[in-house]
Amino acid sequence: MRVNWKTYNSGGFFDELISSPGHARKPARRLASYLRGLTHEELLQKKTAAELAIKTMGISFTVYSDAGNIDREWPFDIIPRIIAQKEWSYTDEGLKQRLRALNCFIHDVYNEQKILKDKVVPRELISNSGNFRKQCVGIKPKYNVWAHICGTDLIKDSDGKFYVLEDNLRVPSGVSYMLENRRVTKRVFPELFENYYDIRPVTEYPAQLLETLSSLSPRKLKSPEVVVLTPGIYNSAYFEHSYLAQRMGAELVEGNDLVVEKDKVFMRSIDGLTQVDVIYRRIDDLFLDPSVFNEESVLGVKGLFNSWIKGNVALANAPGAGVADDKIIYTYVPQIIKYYLDEDPILPNVPSFLCIDKKQRQHVLENLDKLVVKPANGSGGYGMLIGPQASKRELAEFRRRIKADPRNYMAQPLVSLSTVPILGDRVVEPRHVDLRPFVLQADKSYVTAGGLTRVAIVKGSYVVNSSQGGGSKDTWIVGDN
Amino acid sequence: MLSRVAERVYWQARYLERVENTARLLSVFSGLLLDLPPGTKLGWNTLVQITGTDAAFYVKHKQASERNVIRFLLAENYGLSILDILALTRENARTTREVMPTEAFEQINELYYFARENAASGVDRGKRYELLEAIIKRCQQIWGLMAGTMSRDAAYSFVRIGRALERADMTTRLVDVGSGNLMPDVQEQNSAAESSPEPYENILWMNILRSQSAYQMYRQHVRFRVNAADVVRFLLLNEEFPRSTHHNLITLTKVLHRLPNNGKVSRQINKTKRILKDADIEKLLRRGLLKHIDNLQLEMANIHFKIAETWFLQ
Repeated sequence: MRVNWKTYNSGGFFDELISSPGHARKPARRLASYLRGLTHEELLQKKTAAELAIKTMGISFTVYSDAGNIDREWPFDIIPRIIAQKEWSYTDEGLKQRLRALNCFIHDVYNEQKILKDKVVPRELISNSGNFRKQCVGIKPKYNVWAHICGTDLIKDSDGKFYVLEDNLRVPSGVSYMLENRRVTKRVFPELFENYYDIRPVTEYPAQLLETLSSLSPRKLKSPEVVVLTPGIYNSAYFEHSYLAQRMGAELVEGNDLVVEKDKVFMRSIDGLTQVDVIYRRIDDLFLDPSVFNEESVLGVKGLFNSWIKGNVALANAPGAGVADDKIIYTYVPQIIKYYLDEDPILPNVPSFLCIDKKQRQHVLENLDKLVVKPANGSGGYGMLIGPQASKRELAEFRRRIKADPRNYMAQPLVSLSTVPILGDRVVEPRHVDLRPFVLQADKSYVTAGGLTRVAIVKGSYVVNSSQGGGSKDTWIVGDN
Repeated sequence: MLSRVAERVYWQARYLERVENTARLLSVFSGLLLDLPPGTKLGWNTLVQITGTDAAFYVKHKQASERNVIRFLLAENYGLSILDILALTRENARTTREVMPTEAFEQINELYYFARENAASGVDRGKRYELLEAIIKRCQQIWGLMAGTMSRDAAYSFVRIGRALERADMTTRLVDVGSGNLMPDVQEQNSAAESSPEPYENILWMNILRSQSAYQMYRQHVRFRVNAADVVRFLLLNEEFPRSTHHNLITLTKVLHRLPNNGKVSRQINKTKRILKDADIEKLLRRGLLKHIDNLQLEMANIHFKIAETWFLQ
């Protein structure tokens, strides 16, 4: 049996490849006709080949609850997602604009606090924020940039336009999977790369990352010592930490590989101690330095924070950068962009209701079964309520939580997430997706060509997180030819 | 290079070499035991003894039957089987991906899955040889890959150090078996019948040489027919054969000079070399090599401790 697009129906959701049964959107036409030429068995064979490649390449992630099973293979769908270059160009601009404004905001919050004085953002949002680090007040990192690496989650609504769902400014992960997805897809569909499409490559990311990180070095060296700091081999993103270190040619270090002497950071190497200039840290603020933050942390390095304050080492992202990826601050980003850059936001936010505001809270409580409720500091899809799919008990529980701690919650209408086709056991079926591009900023800005597409593998599901059964697929930014 | 990474690379190489050696032993012994007359003392328990896993083995099994021993050394989950050692190799490879060639991890990973899927079939004599050969070949492919793609930097030095030390040690264990140290009864026969060895003793030595792919090279070096003293000398002292103890100690010294602060390790290696070279093999064979081999193994363990002290994270 061959792939039949006439029976493919996304049921009213915006499908990015197929506009109506039997009709592919323009950028996806070549892909749709190529797939139509294959039988379902041939596609399943390609799927098996992809899964085998993933297994041998050791592309894995860790699920904490799977005791004993350290790493799991990465769930992957072989049909690529296609985005036209034209659409991507403005998205790329929008992402850079957003991160520029967010960095202005973070720097301002830890220094002059103009935006609070001008009452564009209420002061209490900062003083109550779980991600505000008072230890960072008065610090001026190089280029005044705090968040050097950002993973911005984008979704498409029923109008087919990109909206920003959240900004991840602490330790966003997923970029290694974006790179590996491409490697696997090239193995599975080499002919598509050769004959059908002009696909923008994604491989330059590690080089761009290294350049960004190197530019942060306090010492003026031709090749400063850049390291990736990982919580260790049992962390869920360890694969990515080691992957990025390998691709950048940087050392992958754990806390106990580093030592601070006279406010300088060194790593313990076979030659003795070697000075470190830039740390791409993949551990949370609170675990960075037991002498400043969580004193029980065994992942961090004693004295690291002080060394950073003295300007002897660069930390990416800077401690405290998370103050801007609070989901409540998120709702102010359009105003933040306007305030610092005097520009209109290129990418819109998803409309949101703030529970701290009495009127909006009332609306949220009355319409809880139609809304998605998010805690200010959650990540990985944990601690969220999806109203339309929640039980009465869950709704009651969230009603209680919102009343008890309104600062900590915001709500959004359930966005009708767009769909793309995935290869099911029998037919090609629509599934919901989001997109996480990665944005870099130091003296220059850079955005990945596309990003990591995450797919909710379960039919009808909106949850795309890999820790909760989500998968992913390759994302193609394709030229007009 | 980070101390922690150096340590993991070193263990990765040691474990990979151990996998290959264990597979070689299982393969050769499976053939050897078919050649031996019934009633000889050499049996499946010898395998457990060579690999130094007898204590653990007898906790689990009462009898050293073929089935039990093969399962124990191939697939059982006691931290000592080929599969277990492979899992350790893979874990060390997984956690040193930033310094090793990508393909090396991929092949180790593949080998692990291959062994895991097929280990059970090795209990069956008819399929065992094929399985073990496949494991050995894949190990060699990985060594070849590393040799062909890694820069001669610190990481490669630790690969070579781990492999050389593991080999040097394994060879002494094999000499242990051949010289009868593991079979008290046979040892008496040995000393009494030095001039006219039991026919199976030659078979035994021949197979020990084979297990190290050393038979052919031995033949080219030693024109004389296979006999205990020459084989022991060849395996322990030959400078050219890449699996002999002496060759590997020489390798260690060579590699060492590429690494910083090598003084302590270097002295310990020289001490081991002296003990190795000064031994009078003929005399030792008459009295039993046991003490000499024990001594060598102890000195090699000390080489490891000096390496750890010098370069690893303490």
